[in-house]
Amino acid sequence: MSGHTDMILVDENGIRIDGRTVDQHRPFKIEAGVLNNADGSAYVEIGKNKILAAVYGPRECHPKHMQNPTKAIIQCKYNMQTFSVSDRKKPGPDRRSIEISKITAEALENVVLTELYPRASIDVYIEVLQANAGTRCAGLTAASVALADAGIPMRDIIPACAAGKADNKVLLDLNKEEDNFGQADVPIAIVPSTDEIVLLQMDGNMTRDELDKAISMAMGACHELYDVQKDALKRRYAKRVVEVETDE
Amino acid sequence: MKRKSIKPSHEIVVPGDILDTKGVSGGENTYVVDGILYASILGVKNVSPDGISVVPISGCYMPKNGDVVIGIINDVSASNWIVDINAPYQAPLHVSEVPWKVEFGDTLRYLNIGDTVLLKVLMVDENKKIQVTMNDSGLRKLEGGQIVNLSYSKVSRVIGKNGSVIQILENMTDCRILIGHNGRIWISGNDESADIARQAIEYIIEDLRSGNLTERVQTFIEERIRGSGGE
Repeated sequence: MSGHTDMILVDENGIRIDGRTVDQHRPFKIEAGVLNNADGSAYVEIGKNKILAAVYGPRECHPKHMQNPTKAIIQCKYNMQTFSVSDRKKPGPDRRSIEISKITAEALENVVLTELYPRASIDVYIEVLQANAGTRCAGLTAASVALADAGIPMRDIIPACAAGKADNKVLLDLNKEEDNFGQADVPIAIVPSTDEIVLLQMDGNMTRDELDKAISMAMGACHELYDVQKDALKRRYAKRVVEVETDE
Repeated sequence: MKRKSIKPSHEIVVPGDILDTKGVSGGENTYVVDGILYASILGVKNVSPDGISVVPISGCYMPKNGDVVIGIINDVSASNWIVDINAPYQAPLHVSEVPWKVEFGDTLRYLNIGDTVLLKVLMVDENKKIQVTMNDSGLRKLEGGQIVNLSYSKVSRVIGKNGSVIQILENMTDCRILIGHNGRIWISGNDESADIARQAIEYIIEDLRSGNLTERVQTFIEERIRGSGGE
């Protein structure tokens, strides 16, 4: 956002440096159930972002003072690997990752039926293996697939996508260069069945009209991403469920 | 025993999928907003005359009243044993709920940490406080044997239609097998046959083809018995 460059981020034909048009998102790839030892897991690739999410629980919440007697709490940990960025990232939690953990947990609390598990804790771990801008959205996307994979009751699956502004144009799904040298970045997460917004942040400046345009573009991309999320979950179990019987 | 077959639709649904828009009543793991019925869990859509419900594929075991569970003693206090029953919550077993007369502070003489017990869920209240009991026929401390863990959603598969699969397992391997609703199976018998029983259970969990499971388990066990020294 703050950097300056002579690079032309969007050329006169509306083509961006990675060849996309202004309203085109990066390719999505999602796989559910990639880890054996977690209760639920997912692997997400959005462009060059590579993200792994794991879910444990619901399980008894420790330390006990953090328990909520009316509902389960969601504890989220977003972590970037040291090798995820070009300059080695110093390991351990920092201001940014604590913030992302918090907003991710709060977004997920909107859809998870936490009141079914009082006093319990649902733990979500997001590991960024490779970052190329938009990892908080990709992380949230991965986390909600992992939650569904873990068999946790929830209202809906959350997709998240960013929009932003660079070279005075509103762009969908910013990449690293557009994020660094652009003018604004707006990550959005929605509940697709109701179009509720569960995450909305803005870094940089935009006019009201530009923001509206960014939101509607990101919401469109979220709905596309949602289909990929559902497909990933169904693919994982389609081959496994042949016969399920209930004896009562 | 009432059996619901969900063979007609093997449709997998994910949270947020629309199950129905015409006002059919929803069963377990569903919710309604503005007259539209949604799934609230990853599972298989189950259409029955009572309505549409979702049978979960994964997830943790949630105790229900009357479930028979296999627990492991986790902690012991003066008037309670704390039992791990594979649920998100620990279950206290009070001294009044065991078949022995236990004096205050004498709990360790009867059950120690690590012991395996067959229990029944007495009550689960709104706050998911669980009470378990050992005061019922067949409930006891399980001595010896081995435990196999599986997903609780697979338990009904191991039991089979009207208990057919489990009967074959018991008869052919000559083992005592107890199944807890919480996804723990206890097998007791001589080493060799218990091993075969365990392999057979693992086979049932892995094998997901539909139909004739009973026969396939039968051939599987026969092969194993022949392979282990021609008994």
